[in-house]
Amino acid sequence: MIEAHELTKYFDKFLAVDHITFKVEPGSIFAILGPNGAGKTTTVRMLTSILRPTSGWASLAGYDVVKHPTAVRSKVGVLTEQHGLYERMKGAEYLNFFARIYHLSAAARDNRPLQLMEHFGLSDALDKRLGEYSKGMKQKLALVRAMLHDPPVLLLDEPTSAMDPQSAKLVREAIKDLQLAERTIAITTHNLTEAQSLADRIAVIRKGRIIANGTFKELSERFVGAPLMELHVTEQLNGAVQELQPLVDVIDQGEDWLRYRTPNPPIDNPNVIRRLMGAGLNIVTLSEVTRSLEDVYLQIVEEDEGLEKKNNVQHDGVN
Amino acid sequence: MSSMTESIEHPLIVQPDAPQNVREAVRQTLSNAMIITRREMRDSFRDWRIMAPIFLLTLIFPLLANVMTRMFIGFFEDNGAENLLPQLLPLMPMIVGFFPISISLVIALETFVGEKERLSLEPLLSTPLTNTELYLGKTFAAMLPPLMASYVGVTIYMSGLIFGAQQWRPPLLLVIQIVLLTTVQALVMVTGAVVVSSQTTSTRAANLLASFIIIPMSMLVIFESIIMVQPYRRYLLWYVSLGLVVTVVLLIRMGARIFNREELLGRSLDQLNLRWAWRTFWAQFRGLDGDFTLRRWYRESVFPTLKQLKTPAGVTAICLLVAFVGGWIAAGVWTVDLKQFDANDETLLDRLQYWFELGQNNPQLIILAVAQNVRVLIAATILGIFTFGVLALILEMVPFALLGFILGQVILNGLSPLPFLLAVLPHGVVEIPAIALAGAAALRLGSIITHPPDQMTVGEAWLRALGDTVKIGVGVVFPMLVIAALLEVLLTPRVVEFVLSM
Repeated sequence: MIEAHELTKYFDKFLAVDHITFKVEPGSIFAILGPNGAGKTTTVRMLTSILRPTSGWASLAGYDVVKHPTAVRSKVGVLTEQHGLYERMKGAEYLNFFARIYHLSAAARDNRPLQLMEHFGLSDALDKRLGEYSKGMKQKLALVRAMLHDPPVLLLDEPTSAMDPQSAKLVREAIKDLQLAERTIAITTHNLTEAQSLADRIAVIRKGRIIANGTFKELSERFVGAPLMELHVTEQLNGAVQELQPLVDVIDQGEDWLRYRTPNPPIDNPNVIRRLMGAGLNIVTLSEVTRSLEDVYLQIVEEDEGLEKKNNVQHDGVN
Repeated sequence: MSSMTESIEHPLIVQPDAPQNVREAVRQTLSNAMIITRREMRDSFRDWRIMAPIFLLTLIFPLLANVMTRMFIGFFEDNGAENLLPQLLPLMPMIVGFFPISISLVIALETFVGEKERLSLEPLLSTPLTNTELYLGKTFAAMLPPLMASYVGVTIYMSGLIFGAQQWRPPLLLVIQIVLLTTVQALVMVTGAVVVSSQTTSTRAANLLASFIIIPMSMLVIFESIIMVQPYRRYLLWYVSLGLVVTVVLLIRMGARIFNREELLGRSLDQLNLRWAWRTFWAQFRGLDGDFTLRRWYRESVFPTLKQLKTPAGVTAICLLVAFVGGWIAAGVWTVDLKQFDANDETLLDRLQYWFELGQNNPQLIILAVAQNVRVLIAATILGIFTFGVLALILEMVPFALLGFILGQVILNGLSPLPFLLAVLPHGVVEIPAIALAGAAALRLGSIITHPPDQMTVGEAWLRALGDTVKIGVGVVFPMLVIAALLEVLLTPRVVEFVLSM
């Protein structure tokens, strides 16, 4: 489990992380989204006991990140933003080096790298120097390094960046497998599709603050409203829309189509269909307009920017 | 369960047992450090840019030095100066040993900052290795290949002389001395360079800062060479070695103390921020928020700082006492017959009378007395900055050793110690505590870099200590020295005169 409470980090006078609080349960995936410089990497570094929080606390796998840094680091697998491999080493040597640091048993030192490298399609590259690896291979090897000691907690920074679609899919499946094995996983990413497909909960971080935190459904309902439905009919709608207004919130319409919002599609949709058919209209299609995490994310950031501007104006007014 | 994971209850990791005792803890630390060392050494051995100079300096340079030495021997013999050879021959193995260890500087400087530049440091910092293990692992890795090269180089060179036509037979103690000096020099350079490397953000900056290691080390080698050519003074080289060992211990302590993950990934020495430096210094010197009044300054800033100097003041006081007792003991060993100087109360009185009149007629003597003390204390403080405070203490111990020596001579010659004590004590009551306080502040300033307080960079800790030193100097030591000078010029001679004329 990962838990952070009012976690704050100042670099001199610069506030990098501002009182963030979140919790990641075992067997779940938590995605941290945010623009560059938002405080994602600083947060990860505090969680791995590399940086000391200025205030607040965090625990990882039950260990306090300040009081038990060594225990924390032995329980976490970290994929850093830059994979940072030793280019003159061979794949097998590199993994053996980290296996020794993590005190893997002799048998595990022999088997575990082979097993993981095979899983990620890198078994042929074990004897190659890392300088000869492609970008994607390096990224996969860095992920193998993070998983080498089979940690209960994984912190993955951009896990599929620089990978071809096939490799990215492989890595996403691996992350899902880890989730099934009750590992606690936090990922930071710019890839919103990936976050949407992997994460149970999503936090959006901006200027060091968590400005939104919840499941995708919760976030999309909160920031882009209730589900949006699109309906097509065979004839012109004319005045039929007026009859729907008490039922649902029609937000847009054309000659033979309309869009409406409803917080409860299973109840409202049949009623809408009944009314329109009662008005003599034949329904061609009724479907939910797909909303992506990108829409939600942009809306969240936009709202926060607006809020910030408003606060600045008020602040200037007071001054 | 996936093929990639094991049961959480049955992890792959064989956690080493918690160490039962210090020995076990040390063994575990060294074992973990050696994981780093082995990897780094393997990396070094694969880098031709490191191996080529080591190879040349290990194999080719000793052979060239050997040829050169033979030419010198021939030259000396041809000119009838072969009796100088025992003095000069040991110089070359020192140089042959020193060149390969200079490579250690290159490796050590690169050790942390190079990884930072290649972005491979963070994965390493995310592992459960402790700061000490990382630091020691890197230090060993930087030191071992050049040191081995150095030993091989010296062996090749000396073998050439021992088994060659010269049949040189160096005394075993000389060989041990050369090997020891080479080893401790390597240790000083590596530990110093690792400290630099862990505090910079670029290899370029680390290389530029390396001059702070190379220049003193080069001067040291020249100093050692001067001693080496004087066989009857070679015993001094043991003291040099001891001094270097102490320096290594202090540098390791400093390195281990200031090495932390946050510093490695964050702060840097690359830019000298004078504005920040001045603000930090001034804030510490002032030590006050709000309006400045002299009374508030003393109460809220100077006196609390004096309290903080308790430990270094204690150390300084003990050192001054040891120096005094040492001088006294030395007087027993080298007793001087004072009667030859016609020393008695009358002559002493005459001289003090002269000084008294001199002081009366020349009030600038007071300024001279203050200036002399201030100059010595500033010089001691500056020397202390570069020597972890050690030279500051030594410089201040010298007059106390002399006082002990003179008092010892007076008593051993059967003279009354009273005139001597009277000539020292009236102003000494103020001057001695002032010197002890200045020494304490200098000791703290010099040694703070080896143990900066938690959450403070070395630079910040040092600037704050400098602020405290200047504060104590201006607020306490200087006024005390002025009072002492007034007493010394105006009161001390009168007291002596009064007592002796009774």
